Amino acid sequence: MIRFLINNDIVEINEARADLTLLQFIREHRKQTGTKEGCAAGDCGACTVVLTEPVTTNNGTKLHYRTVNSCITLMSAVHGKQLIFVEHLSDGKHLHPVQQALVEHHGSQCGFCTPGFIMSMFALYHSDSKPDRDDVLHALSGNLCRCTGYRPIIDATMAVCESAPNDKFTAAQEKTLATLKSLERTAPTGTGNIHTPSSREELKALIAAYPDAQLVAGSTDLSLQFTQQLKKVDTLISLTHIDALKQRTKNEHSIVFGAALPLSDVAPDLLGSFPQVAELVTRFASLPIRNQATIGGNVANASPIGDMPPLLLALNATLHLDNGNEKRTVPISAFFTGYRETQLAHGEWISAIEIPLKQSNQVLAAYKISKRFEDDISAVCAVFNVTIEDGKIEAISSGFGGVAATPITSSALESALIGKQFSSKECLNLGKQILFDAFSPIDDVRATAEYRKTVLANLWHRFWLEHQSVSKIETRVVQHA
Amino acid sequence: MRKLINTPFSEDENKNQGVVHTSKRHESAERQVQGSANYVDDIVEPQGTLYAAVGLSQCAKGTINSINLNAVRESEGVVDVVTIEDVPGHKDIGPVFEGDPLLANGEVKFFGQPVFAVLATSVTLARQAALKGEINVTEVAPVLSADEAHRQQTFVRPLHKFGQHSERVDDAFANATHHASGSLSIGGQEHMYLEGQVSLAIPDEEDRMKIYTSSQHPSEVQKLVAEVLDVKLHRVMVDMRRMGGGFGGKETQAAQWACIAALLAHRNNCAVKLRLPRFTDMHVTGKRHPFENSFDIAFDSTGKINATRMTINGICGHSPDLSDAIVDRAMFHADNGYFLGDSDITGHRLQTNMVSHTAYRGFGGPQGMIMAEAMMDKIARAIGSDPLSVRKRNLYGPTTGTTTPYGMEIEHNLLPEMIGELEESAHYWQRREAISAFNRESPVIKKGIALTPVKFGISFTAKHLNQAGALVHIYTDGSIQVNHGGTEMGQGLHTKIGQIAANEFGVELDMIEVTATRTDKVPNTSPTAASSGTDLNGKAVQNACITLKARLSECFAKSLDQEAKAGDVQFSNGYVALGEHRIRFPELVQQAYFARVSLSSSGFYKTPKLQYNRDTGEGRPFFYFAYGVSMSEVSIDTLTGEYTVDKVNVIHDVGNSLNPAIDIGQIEGAFIQGMGWLTTEDLKWNENGKLISENMATYKIPAIGDTPKEFNVKLFGRKNAEDSIYHSKAVGEPPFMLAISVWCALKDAISSLSGYTIDPQLDTPATPERVLNAVAAIQQADSRGGGA
Repeated sequence: MIRFLINNDIVEINEARADLTLLQFIREHRKQTGTKEGCAAGDCGACTVVLTEPVTTNNGTKLHYRTVNSCITLMSAVHGKQLIFVEHLSDGKHLHPVQQALVEHHGSQCGFCTPGFIMSMFALYHSDSKPDRDDVLHALSGNLCRCTGYRPIIDATMAVCESAPNDKFTAAQEKTLATLKSLERTAPTGTGNIHTPSSREELKALIAAYPDAQLVAGSTDLSLQFTQQLKKVDTLISLTHIDALKQRTKNEHSIVFGAALPLSDVAPDLLGSFPQVAELVTRFASLPIRNQATIGGNVANASPIGDMPPLLLALNATLHLDNGNEKRTVPISAFFTGYRETQLAHGEWISAIEIPLKQSNQVLAAYKISKRFEDDISAVCAVFNVTIEDGKIEAISSGFGGVAATPITSSALESALIGKQFSSKECLNLGKQILFDAFSPIDDVRATAEYRKTVLANLWHRFWLEHQSVSKIETRVVQHA
Repeated sequence: MRKLINTPFSEDENKNQGVVHTSKRHESAERQVQGSANYVDDIVEPQGTLYAAVGLSQCAKGTINSINLNAVRESEGVVDVVTIEDVPGHKDIGPVFEGDPLLANGEVKFFGQPVFAVLATSVTLARQAALKGEINVTEVAPVLSADEAHRQQTFVRPLHKFGQHSERVDDAFANATHHASGSLSIGGQEHMYLEGQVSLAIPDEEDRMKIYTSSQHPSEVQKLVAEVLDVKLHRVMVDMRRMGGGFGGKETQAAQWACIAALLAHRNNCAVKLRLPRFTDMHVTGKRHPFENSFDIAFDSTGKINATRMTINGICGHSPDLSDAIVDRAMFHADNGYFLGDSDITGHRLQTNMVSHTAYRGFGGPQGMIMAEAMMDKIARAIGSDPLSVRKRNLYGPTTGTTTPYGMEIEHNLLPEMIGELEESAHYWQRREAISAFNRESPVIKKGIALTPVKFGISFTAKHLNQAGALVHIYTDGSIQVNHGGTEMGQGLHTKIGQIAANEFGVELDMIEVTATRTDKVPNTSPTAASSGTDLNGKAVQNACITLKARLSECFAKSLDQEAKAGDVQFSNGYVALGEHRIRFPELVQQAYFARVSLSSSGFYKTPKLQYNRDTGEGRPFFYFAYGVSMSEVSIDTLTGEYTVDKVNVIHDVGNSLNPAIDIGQIEGAFIQGMGWLTTEDLKWNENGKLISENMATYKIPAIGDTPKEFNVKLFGRKNAEDSIYHSKAVGEPPFMLAISVWCALKDAISSLSGYTIDPQLDTPATPERVLNAVAAIQQADSRGGGA
């Protein structure tokens, strides 16, 4: 059974296919057609809906509004949450402020993307602080519009977010929180053939009972198997209701992220410790995807073009693996064994990811190169983490995506440059030469092998330029926080 | 009716002030933001609706030996399966020329060609079943490039040439002091309407059929459905309320799905919906044509062109579709706003084993126009002049010439004035200086700037399409229902039409309801395309209104015993007035009803002045031109090829704007779409002819962060010198080509590496990879001590 709120109504689902998406549920089961399907792959945002859940901070408990792409969200993800979609916003007589703003700014043309934009605007409208233009772009980064050119949408969003949220949802917050609290008391038991364990032990038992079941966390990649490839899915086991997989801890040596934490929950702490990697974190897919996709999922998926593995490689992260009986740790550099193959044994899962904290003598940068700046997959991703003592290189760890069959590091870079003066031209040129030859990337739809090799070398050039103490050379067309 | 409705009355005389030429909201905006604006997939389905999917070929060319559909038939939920053999009527649905079979007919012509269709009890089951067909094909090596098409002489249509005198061109080349040549590979473009292709067919009594479709051309859907089903046109009714984007991609490409749905609906006597999933839509529907063009120019030391030779190669895909007119339009725009001297322009229509490329905003115009701008840059670098100076030097005018390569006189050229205004207001020369200073100090990041014009011809070049019809009803409460042949795809056509009707009757906008486009209300309509929607249908609606106003005026004058003065009756502010007498509009309507006056009228319009002789390649294919100018400033990263479009300034000519907000929306949206075409939108086919940029993850249209930080769009505000509807101008396509300034600015930034001596080769789309390659090419030329 999965229990959740649709707007203000408690809904229970006892029977649903594992591969039923939230969008299908809304359009086909509930016959609410305001939410649109544009791509069924999480790339366009026409299907954006909002899930709210209680979040407790120092200022008390309040509702947190998150956008998700309903086309790749499974029903297990909505348990215990409030689902809000476009039909819920106006009160029948008056438009919601975000709707009013978009109308007044002439922000809809064909209107097909509009409900998705409205929901992203609505979630941003309920954020804690007044957004600036960049915040608006980030919040709407997962919504494509083919008609307007976006300018009126940006203006409308900026305008409506000038004032603090004041709508029927704010007014009903206490009641909604209380209802959600009452839902929380029931652990989900899954529906049909999607199972939702809430403990390590249950997870172990379910894996034993369904040895062929796939494990799923954010479902942002796995869903494509049935929405795009039309594969039939028998049984899924969801990892997102196990509290132990969603913990964050930090001590003086390291920071540990539960594997089932969505990237948008990982981001604040990760960027708190490693502000230098903002480019990768903020350009990882789009906000709705980051609201769903988990850090563990991005690692376990072992895609050669995922953006987290290169970062974790360069940061020398350690993976905590578990099978319900015993736990072990594996350095991430040893985890990827082949194209989408890893050290995970059958029945084993990633429970947490531990990252050693940055030392003061380390310089760190993360770069992502793609055709489009936002919501695109890396043609090349490069992360450099160089330890420099008295101007000399003591250690280099690195991580690269898009250049090999797995996320990969370059030990040659380290062995060649260790002991070299970082500011030397030799260090620049040797590094470029090594990286140009380090890998044998492929030609594909995103880039040619030659471009990947050249850019990889040039990213070392950029890194070298950006970290010279005297250099004031501009190296970026887009600045990241 | 025995007793008429009471008409509510509000005494606000100012409400009607400025119903046209003002920024009225999009008629559907409030419903769109609430999710209550319905698209085809949102319509409540009739009981027993079944769902269709198409099975696709897995090679690009060959002869079909057999199609084994046993596994499809046995698949869960399957109700029916059809191939071309099951078509009772016409098997070919080509819009102008034959060549587009409804389903593959004996041979495979491109990778992903629909071969069979399946009907099942759910969308997913139908799509799953469609994967199970076994299509046995004897494969032949496909033609996948312009070179190969030329080598094998495969064309979908014969070439076309403008009627010029090649001896004079030869002489001009022989006598000129300066020569240059160049070629450009121009990428196509996926429409990426957010709403994919979809049709719902509902069978009616006997062999009648009702179709809901997302189409820019309901009349053609009606005709093709009738032909496929082998019934007369009057048995088929097509209803089209709105599209979730069209951009040309639903001009001919929507019909196939309607026909297949109708075929299955007819066979199974149930409603059938066929909605293509995105991953199918991208394989099976045509795109903007890729082009491979080249030019030779002769010019003098001031950069003035004396003669031009140009070869235009449209890569058309497997069938003619609309390619004849598209390559023609590329040729018509190869001059953009410039006098090309004695010219020789040839356009080829290459046949390749790809999906048949089709209409897309600009309709070949952009692929021609970019050549004119490429030539300007080429000349500028050759003579060491600023590209803007070269552009100004070559504009149509007294010092150059006023006749286009196709013999049309340029009568009301706004470009000199518009360029002057933008150059000054957006500080071209100051910014040019600042950019040069920046580039001197910045070794990695380089900036570039460009100001480019647009001159775009307005009218269908197929003369007969320049007609439109309308049907206007006035009901006895004074409310007015307007139907016309145009379709609403987001461009605000219905809003403008509503404004026109309200203005004609002098009533408030809420008295007007513009209904869904229906083939049973206005017959034999043209597609909503060529930017012509408002020009044609607006005039047709106006004419219907004029007819009705004449009847009402006569009725009113008669009631005042002033029949001779009927022509003086005024309609404004909700009243109808004659001299000191006035009556509320609804009251006059009721009076007219009792006086047995018809309150319904059709209207018709045809564009005047058009005459183009395709045999001589000369004439006046366009009623008028729409103009625009844009200035773009970019930054490029010479280490990665990444770039940003930093500032954009636009002045665009929409004549007397019917609705400034909607027009600005069209301009901004077109600019960004054009920018996407030239930058990140990268169609890729593999060596087997399979499209590999086949979804939104691999084909990248501009996202919100690509919006230039400074993006200023201004309307020029000069009324159309021709008698268009309220002297406005068409706006759908022309601003698309304003984005060419982005491409030129990228080249300008790259050229800075050579001290502006080299015009870089930058094929489109200018992806970061292409920009980096162009940078590397200049750096290598430089290290060899090379120059221009």
